[in-house]
Amino acid sequence: MSLLKIEGLEARHGLLTAVQGISLEIEHGETLALVGANGAGKTTLLRTLAGVHPVAGGRIVFDGVDVSALPAHRRVAAGLALVPEGRKLFPAMTVQENLLVALSAKREGNWNLGSVLEAFPQLKPKLKAAAGTLSGGQQQAVAIGRALMTNPRMLLLDEVSLGLSPLAVQSVYNSLRTLMGKGTAHGTTVVLVEQDLQRTFQVADRIVCMLEGKVVASGRADEMTREQVMEHYFGHRTSTSTSSADSSATSQQATAT
Amino acid sequence: MIWLNQLVQGLMLGGYYALLACGLSFMFGVMGIINLAHGSLAVLAAYMLFILAERFEVHPLLGLAAVVPVMALIGWVLHRLVLERSARAGALIPLLSTFGLASVLDNSMFQAFGADTRSLAPYIDTLSYDGWTLPGGIIVGQLAVLTLAVAIALLGGLHLMLTHTALGRRIRAAAHDPDTAQLVGVDARAVYAASTAIAMATVAVAGAFLAMRATFDPYTGPYQLIFAFEAVIIGGGSLWGTLLGGIVLGIAQSIGAQVHPQGFLIAGHVVFLAVLLARVYAANTLRRCIRSFTGRFRSRA
Repeated sequence: MSLLKIEGLEARHGLLTAVQGISLEIEHGETLALVGANGAGKTTLLRTLAGVHPVAGGRIVFDGVDVSALPAHRRVAAGLALVPEGRKLFPAMTVQENLLVALSAKREGNWNLGSVLEAFPQLKPKLKAAAGTLSGGQQQAVAIGRALMTNPRMLLLDEVSLGLSPLAVQSVYNSLRTLMGKGTAHGTTVVLVEQDLQRTFQVADRIVCMLEGKVVASGRADEMTREQVMEHYFGHRTSTSTSSADSSATSQQATAT
Repeated sequence: MIWLNQLVQGLMLGGYYALLACGLSFMFGVMGIINLAHGSLAVLAAYMLFILAERFEVHPLLGLAAVVPVMALIGWVLHRLVLERSARAGALIPLLSTFGLASVLDNSMFQAFGADTRSLAPYIDTLSYDGWTLPGGIIVGQLAVLTLAVAIALLGGLHLMLTHTALGRRIRAAAHDPDTAQLVGVDARAVYAASTAIAMATVAVAGAFLAMRATFDPYTGPYQLIFAFEAVIIGGGSLWGTLLGGIVLGIAQSIGAQVHPQGFLIAGHVVFLAVLLARVYAANTLRRCIRSFTGRFRSRA
């Protein structure tokens, strides 16, 4: 059974339907990447999954339980955690307080203050510093560490490299590698949004391309090419869709032209 | 010497204002809600203590053991029934709904207890008038000193709770960004309800001291609200700022009363308006400075 099952999910911003009937299944331990241009609905999809954006239609089934109507903190307690775009730390609180506040989720697991600091050793000397005074890379480490403190079974990562130096991005992904996917110590299931296609191909098992709120293609990362993804990114239809793209995505593409 | 005396008495009075403003400041700080029923709720607590004292001969300070939990419960219900719903509709709606609540409370208390002026002073023996003589012949009331001490203890206790406990961390997280707090497992709704309960617990204490140091009737609340509000604004909204704001207001009133028999209220309001205008002016000046600085920076570049 898949860990997360999304059925015909819809989410709106006022009159705009940002997520238009998306259906997806994500397996235990899988790393899935959402790819698409700005405004494709990636962030709204993640926020809807996490429970901070209302579900306008469809269902979200997490670990066999329909969580569509649950508030965000209950979804976190069930093991579904989001690292939001722009990090969203509590800037006046210290790094340690930012991490400890996530204990509110009350989930047992391997992650605690000690193991998070082991995964992000750059935070050790900064524990007593106000989170707002940290560099971008350090803040991102705090944001991921804070989500890990809830001991998630599934981690949703929204543009963790946004606004970071290449070195900081590398450091964040090095830390992430210890927990992403099957065979790692934590085996955390990950859904991530990442603008850097090269990195997306490196870390993802499966890639889902989104365009204007719909899934237009999806496939295994090792079976898709950069060119195929780029075509879907901008919505050009110069070639046939990928072999593993589902039928609904193909039909949506047909109607789009 | 008379001025020094006024200064000391002003400080004591300030302790009372700080105590009164404690819950108002806490709710504004955590939820951004200005509770206009604050004063009326303090009077409600005072009536509860009065009934306990008159009918059951319970000392008001002992009566607090019962009234504080009851007021906390009222706070929790108040959040669930009124504040939560109205806060969802925008920043102005809680002002309207708490204003309405204040009217309902005041008139209900008038209906229940009549227009008689009450006080808890008769039920606290000599505490209501005993004093200590300081060197220099200045006399401070024991109740006034106790009020100041309780204000410092409550504000300090709230500060420690916010900085050193798990609930405090949750409250600060939800105060800054309720959405993100939810994302790390904080039930923002429950945290807000708990914060309102805590604020109402402090209102119960404020109500007790209001009724012990002076008299009250069903329509006392709005006047007390004005002083509490002024203390919060003068202090800038933080907890320690509220203590300072209360003391500044108390000293201003006390000195004002010495200058002119009618100067008591006027001096307090003048200081409040002066601080308010200074804030606006300072903010504008700061903005202008930044603009001229960045302008220079741009022209150089």
